[in-house]
Amino acid sequence: MRNALFKNTHFRIVGDRGLLVEYGNAIDPVVNLKVRAISVAAGKNMPPGVLEIVPAYRSLMILYDPLVTTPADLQNAFLSIEKKLQDTVIPAPRTITIPVCYGGEFGPDIEVVAESNGISTPDVIRLHSQPEYIIYMIGFSPGFPFLGGLPEALHTPRLKTPRTAVPQGSVAIANEQTGIYSVESPGGWQLIGRTPLKLFDSARSHPIPYHPGDLIRFVPISHEKYFQLLEKESTP
Amino acid sequence: MNTFLVLTPGSYTTVQDNGRYGYQQMGVPVSGALDLFSFKIANFLVGNPEGCAGLEVSIAGPRLTVLKEADVSLAGADMEAKLNSKPVEPWTSFRVTPGDVLSFYQVRSGCRAYMAVTGGIDTPEVMGSRATYAGGRFGGYHGRPLKKGDILKRGKGRLLNSPKHLHSEYRPRYLSEIVLRAIAGPQDFYFREGLEIFFQSVFSVSTRSDRMGYRLTGPEIVQREDMPKSIISEPSMPGGIQISPDRQPIILLVEQTMGGYAKIATVISTDIPNIAQAIPGDSIQFEKMSLETAHVLYREQQNRMLEIAKKLAEQ
Repeated sequence: MRNALFKNTHFRIVGDRGLLVEYGNAIDPVVNLKVRAISVAAGKNMPPGVLEIVPAYRSLMILYDPLVTTPADLQNAFLSIEKKLQDTVIPAPRTITIPVCYGGEFGPDIEVVAESNGISTPDVIRLHSQPEYIIYMIGFSPGFPFLGGLPEALHTPRLKTPRTAVPQGSVAIANEQTGIYSVESPGGWQLIGRTPLKLFDSARSHPIPYHPGDLIRFVPISHEKYFQLLEKESTP
Repeated sequence: MNTFLVLTPGSYTTVQDNGRYGYQQMGVPVSGALDLFSFKIANFLVGNPEGCAGLEVSIAGPRLTVLKEADVSLAGADMEAKLNSKPVEPWTSFRVTPGDVLSFYQVRSGCRAYMAVTGGIDTPEVMGSRATYAGGRFGGYHGRPLKKGDILKRGKGRLLNSPKHLHSEYRPRYLSEIVLRAIAGPQDFYFREGLEIFFQSVFSVSTRSDRMGYRLTGPEIVQREDMPKSIISEPSMPGGIQISPDRQPIILLVEQTMGGYAKIATVISTDIPNIAQAIPGDSIQFEKMSLETAHVLYREQQNRMLEIAKKLAEQ
């Protein structure tokens, strides 16, 4: 496999308070692991003037206070974190199980996904609940995980016209990605099922139950089980 | 302490503070007052410590009945506010007592007014902040803009001995022709002629502009043919100017965490308040600026803010 990691890390100026650090130019588990390792290492010993670090697929954004630091200082700080990376203990990813009721009212696009790939609806369910997906990043809306590892037989383009409101908990597909609408929001992904779990709750001490780099496994459940779990207001 | 009853909510009135930091990696945007310059001054005008929550009032303002004595201040856009039938000036503070009615009208200059009150608007802190994030339905007043019948509480704080006002030399003027200074990038290399067009043209603020982003219309900004149509999604910063597939710019603001299109430039933080005060139909031009100059201006603005805070504390 080709190496998607950059030989030399790229730094990009983002206005007067942001510095973007890029470790590769692809959506790739190796690149993403490096992003995660750097953000864990930097989080343990935040360089002076760093207000926030936001990891993404292949890059991380540093939000800084220009009264305290400069992009040049930050560049040095992050290069030295990178050099000492082998000394950093990265917590092993956890696997989070997400129950999903596939199809029907909860997955109005499941037949579209099946037809466009020439497979049956049960195949969609079987294939979608097989892998352990890596959480590449969280964003778009609070708690929305962008997951990598969707089987090729499920790749389906986005809707031509996005929905104005996608219900909370909807499990969806867009091209080679799958994800979960953790809160109700507009959206253009194909909906194949829904989880009864409340993935994002601003009142909890940990508002979301996973971090970038963790793994997600979907488990098919019945309609009945969906409503049982919904009543219990379960969290993973 | 119940302090205000909402008689009419205005077009879009929310509780905001300095913003919610530390949760962008969970997809939670910073939110907070869009024009932090005016917002901070509103707090200083009633003697509040920085960071107290206040109201952000857009375009057409609310009517509020006063339930509890307090000092109130207004900053930012001029909405021809009246206390009972008496006009009150923006950039001043004044005493309100139970039974008074505070009315805001249609905006006369600027777009967003800020109202601070003694002790700050008291709503539960969510993830360390009282800022409303309407898209996520949390923060502020039950995670939404105000409605008729809502009752706003205020925190504890000392009433002023005498009203305060901001000296006219510090008051910004809101023009309908706006120049925003911007640093090229992070994806300026996605453009060739597009970059020249961007920095040389006049754009117009579209009606589809809000706290997520300001959409502009103007000449088409064409990407280089040899570059991909989109980028691998990455975190966005307030002020980032994304060029959408329709070749028009959007200035991303405080209710946005990720973007998947190339950003041609980023508005400097000193100028974000000027976007906050722009209304649909205003014209915008971008002026290219170096990072070094932007940092000098940032420092100057922070110093000016300290100077204002000191002067208002002495009044």
